[in-house]
Amino acid sequence: MTESDTSNGPGPEAQERREILPESSSLVILLILFFGIGLVSLAVILGKPGEEVAEGAGGTRAFGPADFPELDFGEPLLEAVEAARGSAEPDSTFRVPPPPFSEDLFPCSGCHADMEPNLVRRALEEMHDDIVLDHGPEERWCFDCHNPGDRDRLRLISGELIEFDQSYRLCGQCHGTIFRDWRQGIHGRRRGYWNGPKSYLLCAHCHNPHAPRFRAVKPLPAPVRPDYLRQTVADSGAENAEARP
Amino acid sequence: MSRLRKDRDRAVRGVDRRSLLAGAGAFALASVACGGGSRGTLEKLLGERFQELSPDQVRQRLDELERELGSRFGTEVSVAATPPMDGVVFGYGLDLSRCIGCRRCVYACVYENNQSRRPQIQWIRVLEMEKEHGVDLSYADPYYEPEEVPEEGFYYIPVACQQCRRPPCTKVCPVKATWSEPDGIVVVDYDWCIGCRCCMAACPYGARRFNWASPELPAAELNPNTHYLGNRPRVKGVVEKCTFCIHRVREGRYPSCVEICPVGARKFGNLLDPTSEMRYLMSQKRVFVLKEELNTQPRFYYFYAT
Repeated sequence: MTESDTSNGPGPEAQERREILPESSSLVILLILFFGIGLVSLAVILGKPGEEVAEGAGGTRAFGPADFPELDFGEPLLEAVEAARGSAEPDSTFRVPPPPFSEDLFPCSGCHADMEPNLVRRALEEMHDDIVLDHGPEERWCFDCHNPGDRDRLRLISGELIEFDQSYRLCGQCHGTIFRDWRQGIHGRRRGYWNGPKSYLLCAHCHNPHAPRFRAVKPLPAPVRPDYLRQTVADSGAENAEARP
Repeated sequence: MSRLRKDRDRAVRGVDRRSLLAGAGAFALASVACGGGSRGTLEKLLGERFQELSPDQVRQRLDELERELGSRFGTEVSVAATPPMDGVVFGYGLDLSRCIGCRRCVYACVYENNQSRRPQIQWIRVLEMEKEHGVDLSYADPYYEPEEVPEEGFYYIPVACQQCRRPPCTKVCPVKATWSEPDGIVVVDYDWCIGCRCCMAACPYGARRFNWASPELPAAELNPNTHYLGNRPRVKGVVEKCTFCIHRVREGRYPSCVEICPVGARKFGNLLDPTSEMRYLMSQKRVFVLKEELNTQPRFYYFYAT
């Protein structure tokens, strides 16, 4: 409707039509929009859930702790920790489980007692060939930590011999800040009572001393995505309803 | 206006004195019948908020619950209401330089706190974050599922209830079914929750979960050691959330997620004890809280040990 239209001097009928037309056409447009949006939303609601989720992506199935029997979620505390809970001894606060020795290898003197120590740097072939040394500089080798004389003990740089269950002192020679955090309970895993006895782990419980970097692990499954939640319930919906009063 | 007034007049005139008295009498009789005894049907129907119960009533309620749950699951279930300890405010630390995103904590939490298996409810959500973008939650992905973690170029932020000192969730609850305990744990009374989910809308951390359907929990997987405000089995239509394992920490134990963490990234302790690990890490390490700008003042601290 331009000005030239009005300048032609239209009668009252034409004027009325001019007013009605735009209104009704906008109504039609509104209706089309309304039903269009409604249809699209219906399609989205009734359509398959999570069509935008890639095949094999996480979060489409519901997992629970029972699906991972290899993990001990309810692992009991060390007996020493539970026992110390009752007593009021001041030295009963920290407990360390025994060091993680390879099976049947300790005590080392079982074999090494009769053997002449060979101080030559070499690749081990007959025994201990499973050990891959990946710890710090290349010059690192067995007798930096192990003791050529008494094999059942470890040796500090000072020459002091220590038992395997004090190995944290050995590690602490280089890793001082970590050692400090570990003593404060900031580094490493502790279990037990926040206001009482607890168990610490030795460095070697988590880090292989010969190759201390943490290994990557497989993560447990992702949570169910909201658009799959209904699906995972529907599987067990009927029995669920009957089981509950 | 005049028509309205006329209608009202007629309505008043319609009820004469005799029938009004009779009605009142009948109502009084009915209420006495319902309310007869110390804990009658009406009272039971309306119930009472957990915080307002006397010690005797609490004991009675716990016994009731133990019987009910015992028959439902076919084993002995203990429901405790262990009170907070004096001089204790709990705080939680999480070492972001250690967390590898393995999700052991998520499932240990489900195991410990009797969450519904189907539909799945998990209190902890581990977010995979791009190192490139720092702590920017708009780049978070909770559904990551690679062969191995940690992935190159990513770090991980596990998020559960932040146990705020100024919790927006408790403020919006219309029936006061959720509140902060003196030891800092924000709890939900599942018997009082009406399921309006206002708290879920108010929580800026998405830490609350809703039981959309009847929670399914196989009897064999039940943790029978429960707390009224914590891990006792829930019903359909109530909101639940992390309670720092209230049944464990009020007995002195570490929360379940702290003990399962294979890299020892999770720390827990008493914020009022200067010798606790929490106080050590807060004074010695770089610490931050999520969404500090909202002034919710969480008791959950993320830190970097290295």
